[in-house]
Amino acid sequence: MYRIVEKTSLNPTVTKMVVEAPLIARKALPGQFVILRAGADSERIPLTVADYDREKGTVTVIFQVVGAGTMELNALEEGASLHDFVGPLGKASELDGLKKVCVVGGGVGCAIALPVAKALHERGAQVHSVVGFRNRDLVILEEEFRACSDKFVLMSDDGSAGEKGLVTTALEALIQAGEQYDEVIAIGPLVMMKFVVAVTKKYNVKTVVSMNPVMIDGTGMCGGCRLTVGGKTKFACVDGPEFDGFEVDFDEAIHRGAMYKDFEAHAREEACNLLNQEVR
Amino acid sequence: MANMSLTKCPMPSQDPEIRSHNFDEVALGYTAEMAVEEAKRCLGCPKKPCHSGCPVGIDIPAFIGRVAEEDFAGAYEVLERSTTLAAVCGRVCPQESQCEGKCVRGVKGEPVAIGRLERFVADWHREHAHEAPKKAAPNGHKVAVVGSGPSGLTCAGDLARLGYAVTVFEALHTPGGVLVYGIPEFRLPKELVRREIATLEEMGVEFQTNMVIGKVLTVDELMEDMGYECVYLASGAGLPSFMGIPGESLSGVYSANEYLTRVNLMKAYRPDSRTPIAKSRAVAVVGGGNVAMDAARCAKRLGAETVYIVYRRSMDELPARKEEVEHAQEEGIIFRLLTNPVEVLGDETGHVRGMKCIQMELGEPDASGRRRPVPVPDSEFVLEVDTMVMSIGTSPNPLIRSTTPGLETNKHGCIVTNGEDGLTSREGVYAGGDAVTGAATVILAMGAGKQAAAAIHKYIQEK
Repeated sequence: MYRIVEKTSLNPTVTKMVVEAPLIARKALPGQFVILRAGADSERIPLTVADYDREKGTVTVIFQVVGAGTMELNALEEGASLHDFVGPLGKASELDGLKKVCVVGGGVGCAIALPVAKALHERGAQVHSVVGFRNRDLVILEEEFRACSDKFVLMSDDGSAGEKGLVTTALEALIQAGEQYDEVIAIGPLVMMKFVVAVTKKYNVKTVVSMNPVMIDGTGMCGGCRLTVGGKTKFACVDGPEFDGFEVDFDEAIHRGAMYKDFEAHAREEACNLLNQEVR
Repeated sequence: MANMSLTKCPMPSQDPEIRSHNFDEVALGYTAEMAVEEAKRCLGCPKKPCHSGCPVGIDIPAFIGRVAEEDFAGAYEVLERSTTLAAVCGRVCPQESQCEGKCVRGVKGEPVAIGRLERFVADWHREHAHEAPKKAAPNGHKVAVVGSGPSGLTCAGDLARLGYAVTVFEALHTPGGVLVYGIPEFRLPKELVRREIATLEEMGVEFQTNMVIGKVLTVDELMEDMGYECVYLASGAGLPSFMGIPGESLSGVYSANEYLTRVNLMKAYRPDSRTPIAKSRAVAVVGGGNVAMDAARCAKRLGAETVYIVYRRSMDELPARKEEVEHAQEEGIIFRLLTNPVEVLGDETGHVRGMKCIQMELGEPDASGRRRPVPVPDSEFVLEVDTMVMSIGTSPNPLIRSTTPGLETNKHGCIVTNGEDGLTSREGVYAGGDAVTGAATVILAMGAGKQAAAAIHKYIQEK
């Protein structure tokens, strides 16, 4: 069940896994997500679908090793199997009618932004991609983005790759240069999406963001993933994960995302110790 | 010689002081001697009023009669004719409003402890019987059951016994539905649920976990592409309701579903669990049902110093079972009745620091016949809590209704059926349990599963 057919390290902390899941591969669409568990006692980890191959029956996920759960996941090698893999969950990206779009990706969020850019490109839309990373070592999927983008801008915090600066600077420059986008699609850390929206609001360019809050079941049962969108409570798992960026209460989402910070730091430390011991 | 004691033989249970710090089962179960003594309180009424109070139609005087004769294996055979989940029902059924509510002994004194006896017989069987359950000869027909909660399990069991090839699709990674994610270990040990499911597997039922019907496969695909002749929808009422008051999305506010799922399904109470849960000092659980009692008692066991039940009506209207309320009180849960939250207050990090409440009083009866709570003007006060659990109800999940054309639902999102046999507006598609009724009890869901199994059998045989 759910065999890992391919595992590639995209950068020191980001891993790509191609997983055998024929039923999900048959149905998955850009913007949707899966929930997986590495082992029988593992956390449920929600990950947006990075790619799928309907014929081979595989679904690709890309994740950053940030805590105990992703460390455990990253310890599985090709040929091993995931204990659980469920999906496709959430709503697909709404791409109909879009002619010209700027896709903004930040860090590992680029893994989720890429399938959206690809799908738009395949539909004949004009795609501009603005992607940002902390430094050159962390750059992922550059070639893949170039292949599906009519314009590609790479940004890094320290200038070691592409231009120095934030994605918001590049996005604003494009808008100011007269680029007229039907929509901006921003996928990355909450803070990045918050500031992308701050820019696009100024120019009144519709902006879609992909939210990835803490959740358990992914089917609407726990309500842990709730967000305030346009003053109303929404569940990211069933109403999203994509929402109108102008309407999302990012500050609340940032607070909610930090709810288990202490627990996670502790679990991460324990997992590190455990893995270190295994290496010895 | 009948035992004419006016009271039930008491249930041995863990001391409240001790049990409020562990997740082990609260009620310890009758010994054989206690069971026989209690069984002798049954008068064996020929009209069997208790039987009419049982949603799955157990022949109650017959099984109790065997217990009185110390024929525990025979007693289990009687139970087995009507239920596959006796160990569960003996623990979580609201017997006081069903079988025991109709018991003649209850007219003067306490009714016969039917639930406790059912539990005793099921537990005795589990400990003493080792032969595998009978597997029926296959009849060549396939039925899909969506959801592995009490309703789905009952329907699957009844159909498997008739020879159907039954596949149960479960969205989560473990089958059992609310029995696994909702009801806590201290009321229903998960090992029991696991055993009940293993029994169904031995009977030939196939379980497919991680299958969100409506997403990975639709009802139409199950029937057209995969050859299931009938589908039984028992997907429950999983969507939590919130009050819509300010501050409800602050960190530290949970739905009861999330809180209980973290504790029960994801085992957050164990020190080695990977699942985090709030380490609370003071917890307010809003609501007065059994789920609220479960959440409050979990919070206490997780180490909270103060746990409140906040309920807007009075003790008399509390919908939870009396036994659950008593257990909660014994464990030190504080009941703030006639109290309604109006706002959740947060600190500078976005975490709950308190709950602004208003005092209520009871006014005229409303549509439900209960006296309607109305706010007392200028009676606001703040309850200092760092965690809040909203336990004010659930509604059915839209995933199936939104992907099944022609499936009629009502304004609450509940699937509409023809009543008795659970037939929906779609031919060959049956539904039951909370997906039809909205949040109700385990036993009613089981009763619906049983009726649907009979209706599905009739439909397929007559086709």
